[in-house]
Amino acid sequence: MFVSYKWLQDYVDLSGINATELADKITKSGIEVERVEKKSEGLKGVVIGHVLEREQHPNADKLNKCQVDIGAENPVQIICGAPNVDKGQKVAVATVGAVLPGNFKIKKAKLRGEESHGMICSLQELGFESKLVSKDYATGIFVFPNDVEVGRDALEELGLSDEVLELGLTPNRSDALSMLGVAYEVGAILGREVKWPVVEKEEAAEKATDYISVKVEAKEDNPIYMAKIIKDVKIGPSPLWMQTRLMSAGIRPHNNVVDITNYILLEYGQPLHAFDYDRFGSKEIVIRRAKDAEKIVTLDEAERTLTPDHLVITNGSEPVAIAGVMGGADSEVKNDTTNIILESAYFAGTVVRKASKDHGLRSEASARFEKGVDPARVREAGERAAQLIAQYAGGTVLQGAAEVDGLTMEPAVISITLEKINTLLGTSMTVSVVESIFKRLQFGVELDNETFTISVPTRRGDITIEADLVEEAARLYGYDNIPATLPIGSATPGQLTDYQIKRRKARRTLEGAGLYQAVTYSLTSQEKASQFALEARESIRLAMPMSEERSQLRLSIVPQLLEVVKYNNARQIDSLALYEIGSVFFKRDEQELPEEKEHIAGAITGLWESHLWQGEKKPVDFFVAKGVIEALFDTLGLADQISYRQAEINDMHPGRTAEVLLNGEVIGFIGQVHPTVQKDLDIKETYIFELSLKALAEAEVAPIAYQTIPRYPSTTRDIALVVDQATKAGDIQDIIEEAGGKLLKEVSIFDLYEGDRMEEGKKSIAYSLKYFDPERTLTDEDITKAHDKVLEAVKEKAGAELRG
Amino acid sequence: MMQERLLELQEEALQKVAAASELKELNEVRVAYLGKKGPITEVLRGMGKLSAEERPKIGALANDVREAIATKIEEKQKALETAAVNAKLATETIDVTLPGRPVNKGNLHPLTRVVEEIEDLFIGMGYTVAEGPEVESDYYNFEALNLPKSHPARDMQDSFYITDEILMRTHTSPVQARTMEKHKGQGPVKIICPGKVYRRDNDDATHSHQFQQIEGLVIDENISMSDLKGTLDVFAKKVFGQDREIRLRPSFFPFTEPSVEVDISCKICGGKGCSVCKQTGWIEVLGGGIVRTSLKWLASIPRNILDSHLESAWNGLPC
Ligand SMILES: [Zn+2]
Repeated sequence: MFVSYKWLQDYVDLSGINATELADKITKSGIEVERVEKKSEGLKGVVIGHVLEREQHPNADKLNKCQVDIGAENPVQIICGAPNVDKGQKVAVATVGAVLPGNFKIKKAKLRGEESHGMICSLQELGFESKLVSKDYATGIFVFPNDVEVGRDALEELGLSDEVLELGLTPNRSDALSMLGVAYEVGAILGREVKWPVVEKEEAAEKATDYISVKVEAKEDNPIYMAKIIKDVKIGPSPLWMQTRLMSAGIRPHNNVVDITNYILLEYGQPLHAFDYDRFGSKEIVIRRAKDAEKIVTLDEAERTLTPDHLVITNGSEPVAIAGVMGGADSEVKNDTTNIILESAYFAGTVVRKASKDHGLRSEASARFEKGVDPARVREAGERAAQLIAQYAGGTVLQGAAEVDGLTMEPAVISITLEKINTLLGTSMTVSVVESIFKRLQFGVELDNETFTISVPTRRGDITIEADLVEEAARLYGYDNIPATLPIGSATPGQLTDYQIKRRKARRTLEGAGLYQAVTYSLTSQEKASQFALEARESIRLAMPMSEERSQLRLSIVPQLLEVVKYNNARQIDSLALYEIGSVFFKRDEQELPEEKEHIAGAITGLWESHLWQGEKKPVDFFVAKGVIEALFDTLGLADQISYRQAEINDMHPGRTAEVLLNGEVIGFIGQVHPTVQKDLDIKETYIFELSLKALAEAEVAPIAYQTIPRYPSTTRDIALVVDQATKAGDIQDIIEEAGGKLLKEVSIFDLYEGDRMEEGKKSIAYSLKYFDPERTLTDEDITKAHDKVLEAVKEKAGAELRG
Repeated sequence: MMQERLLELQEEALQKVAAASELKELNEVRVAYLGKKGPITEVLRGMGKLSAEERPKIGALANDVREAIATKIEEKQKALETAAVNAKLATETIDVTLPGRPVNKGNLHPLTRVVEEIEDLFIGMGYTVAEGPEVESDYYNFEALNLPKSHPARDMQDSFYITDEILMRTHTSPVQARTMEKHKGQGPVKIICPGKVYRRDNDDATHSHQFQQIEGLVIDENISMSDLKGTLDVFAKKVFGQDREIRLRPSFFPFTEPSVEVDISCKICGGKGCSVCKQTGWIEVLGGGIVRTSLKWLASIPRNILDSHLESAWNGLPC
C-alpha cells in the first residue's frame, strides 16, 4: 500500500510531523513502512511551459521547433521530437540547468542547426513508470489541463514533491488497504481526530430503481449489492490532482469515471465497478454462480471459460463481469458512454480468490475482496463515487439505488481485564492508559471496575479474541515502553545432550586435525544422490523440484564435498581438507517420514604437509585420512571397538578402500576415489571417508580407566616377520595380541619392508612388543615364555617367519 | 730467601695463567705449580731447615700463594670454557627470518560458529537444545502452527513437497510441537531449536533454498512479553554486537500474538540509510511473540507462554 503524505492530510492533521517521523511512528506501532520516497529528490528546474508556436524543424522531419513561454521575460526555443506536441499546450519544460532522473542535466543544445533551450518532457522522462502513464500520453509528452499557471514548478503540479510511504502490510491488517484505514491508524497513533469526506447527496427526482433492478441468487457469496445510476456523464480526463494521487498509489489514470472508481477504492478500500448502462443488455442485474463452461470476454479482451466456482454479475442472461475480479468488455465504459451503472458490493473473499486465481487476474480490487472489505462502508463508498462522478464527469445521480442488503453485521464484543493485559505484557499500565488506547482506536469501550468490554468496529475484522486486544494495547503503548526482563521461575538445567556433546567433540577433533568444515546442500541430482552411499537404498525425489540439480535428497555427503574439491582445484587450490556433518535421507514407506541419519564425511587431497625451503612434501595418502578418523574414534573413546576391512566399493579405488566397522558392524568407509571418477570430476588424487555419526555417537563407551605410572620396569622385544604380500598387518597384530596374553601391554609396527631384497611375493613387518606386569619386575624367563607363544602363533596362523 | 722464592713462583705462575689460551695449557700450569711435584711443594719440603719461628710464617705464605694461583686458574678456566661454548654456538647460527613449518589447522564453518555461540548463550540461561527432522509432515510444519492447507500464506510454490503430506521443513517451528508432545506439560520448557530449513528461493547473493534457522521457546508460569523482550535484547546484543542498536516493533505471525520483530541498526551505513537497509537504517533479523493459545499442541497447557522465533537471522547466509 502506497500512502501519499499530502493526501493523508485530507483525513488527519499531520502538522508538526514530517513524513519520515510519521513513517517511524507507524512502523513502531506495527505496520512496517518499507520506504519513504520523494520522487522529486535530486530533480530540479522543471516548470510549466506554454507552447506559443510550433513549426516543423527546417532540417528534420520528425522534430518540431517550438517557442515556449516558461514564465521568463522572453519565450525560449525548444526542439521537441514528441509526435503530440502542439501549439497552445501546457507542458512540462526542463529548462537549461535542470536535472532529470538519472542525474541527466539539461544543457543548451543545437539540434540539426537549430538552438534548443531545454526539453519538453514526457512523464517517463520525469521518472514515472511507464505502466503508470495514461495511454493518452504513453508515447509522447504529457499535456497539462489548461488552467495550470505558466512558470510554476511542474514537479509540484505532478505530485512528485509529495512523499509516499510504502506500507508492508501483514495479512491481518487489510483494514489499512485504504487511505481512511491508514487515517484511523495514524489518528490512533497520534491521538488525533479522523476527518471523513463529506458526502453531499444531490440527486435527481428520477429513481434508480426505475432504471435497474438487482437480484442476488448467491446470497452467501454476495450479501450486499448496490447499483446507482448516473445519467448524462461526459467521459474525459479526471482532474490532475486525482490523476497524480492515483499515480502516487501505483494506479494508471484512464478516464474520469474509471479514475473515480479507483480513487474510491484507494480512499475507502471499497472496489467499485462502472458499467455502461446502454450496453448492459437489460434492466436487471442478477448475481449468481457461473454455469459450467459459460464464457465471458473480459476488459482485457480475453475470452474466459467459467465454472460454478466463479461468481458472476449477469444481465439476467449473460455474464457481464466476474464478481470482484474483472468486468466484461461488452459493458465497458468507453469514451462515448453517457449513462452509468455504478456497482458497490460486498463479495466473499473465498469466491473472489478462487476466480482471481483460476484466471490469473489479481488486481487491487480482487486483493481487497479476498481480504474482506468493511461491510459498513459499502454503501457510503458508492454514494461518494456517484457524487464525484456528477462533479467531475458532469452527470446526474438518480435517486436512491437498486440494492440488496442481507448482511447482519454485529461488531465483535470482547471483554478483558486490566490485569490480564499487564500480566501478559509485563507492564504496569493504568486503567486510564489502556482506556485511552482503545478510545484512540475508536473502539467502543465500556469499563466496569478494571474490566474492559470492547466493541470492535467492522473495519477491524482482525480483532476477535482477547489476545488481539492485548496486541492492540501493546503496540499503541509502544514496545519501547515494555520493560526488558528475563524469566524468573523454576531453574532448569541448561545443557547439551550426550549426542550433541559428541557431535561437538567430532567437530573439535576434525578441526584440530586440520580439516575445514563445509556445509553443502541436502538437495542434489538423481545421479549424485546415491553415489558413495553407505547404504544402497532408494533416494527421495521432490514432487516439484526447482531444477534437476536439486531434485533428490542425498544419501551421502561425499559427492557434494567432491564438488567443493572440484571447485577449488579449478581455481588452483590443490591442497584441501574438508569435512561435513549433516543429515542423509533414506526412503521408507511412501506415507512415512524418511529415515534421517547424521553422517560425518571428509575429503582430503593435495599436500598434507609441505615445508618447501626444507624440501619436505608429504602428499595426502590413505594413511593420512585414516589417521584423521583414528583420532576421531580415539576422542569418542571408540578406538578399541573399531576395525577396518579391505573392501570394494563403487567409484572407489579397488585396492585402497576399507570399510570401517564398529563392533563388527559396517558404519562407514574410507579410501581413495577411483582414478576414473577423479578424472571425470577433474580432481586430483582425493581420499574420502563417510561415517555414520549416529552410530558413533550412540555406541556405548567403556568408562575411562586411569592407569597409574608404572612402578616396575617394562621390557621391549622387537621382531621382524616375513609374510606373504597379501597378509594384513592388522591380522598379524590381532594374532600377536591374542597370543601375548596379559603380560603383553603394547604392540606397534615400526617398520615395513617390501623392497627387492625380499623374496618375490613377500614382505617384512617389524613389530615392537612391550611386556609389563604392574605387580612385579618380570624375569627373563617370564618374558621368554610369553614371547615364544607369540612367535609360535604368528608362525602357525600367519605363516610368518622370523627374519634373521 | 724462601719467602722471596715463593713470591717469585707466584708471579711466574700468574703470568703463565694469563698467557694460557686453551684449557689444556691451563691444566699444564695447574699441574706444574700446584702438583705434588711442583716447585711450591719443593719449597715447603725445605722448611725443615727453618727456625721454629719462621716455619709458620713461610707455611702461611705458601698457602696464600697456592690459593692465589688456584683462584686465577679457576677464573681463567671459566673464561676459556665460556669462550669455547660461544665459539661452538656461533657455528650453529640459523636465519631466523626463514618461514616456520606450517601447522595444519582446520576451522568451523561460520554458521556453526554462530550457532554454537548462540547455543552456549542460551544453555547458560537454562535452555536445552532441541532438534528434529529436516523432512517433516505437513501437520507439524504447518497445521500445528495455525496454517491449515487453505491458508493464503501457504503456497505449494513456497515449499519443497515430497508427497502431499511430507515436505522439507520450511522452518524449525515443528520442533516446538514435537518437543511439547513429548513433554506433556510437566514443568517449564526452555528450548532453542537450531537447524537447516528449506524454501523455494532461487539461489543468489542474498537467498538460498537451504538456510540455517534458530528459534527458541519458553513455557512457564508467569512469564511475559517483557521477558521475551529482555531475552531478545540479550541475544541480539550478543550475536550482533553491543554497539548495534536494537529496535523492537509489533508484527504479525500466524502462531504468535502479540508478535514482535527485531531490527538491528544497519552496519553498512550506521543507521543513516543505504541500499542494503532500503534507506531505513534498520535490518530485520528475527521475529517472535507470545504463542497463540489456539495452537493445537498447546491445548493442554493452561499457562502464559512465551515464544520467540529467532528466525530469518541467517536468511542471508548461504545455507
Ligand atoms: Zn544501511
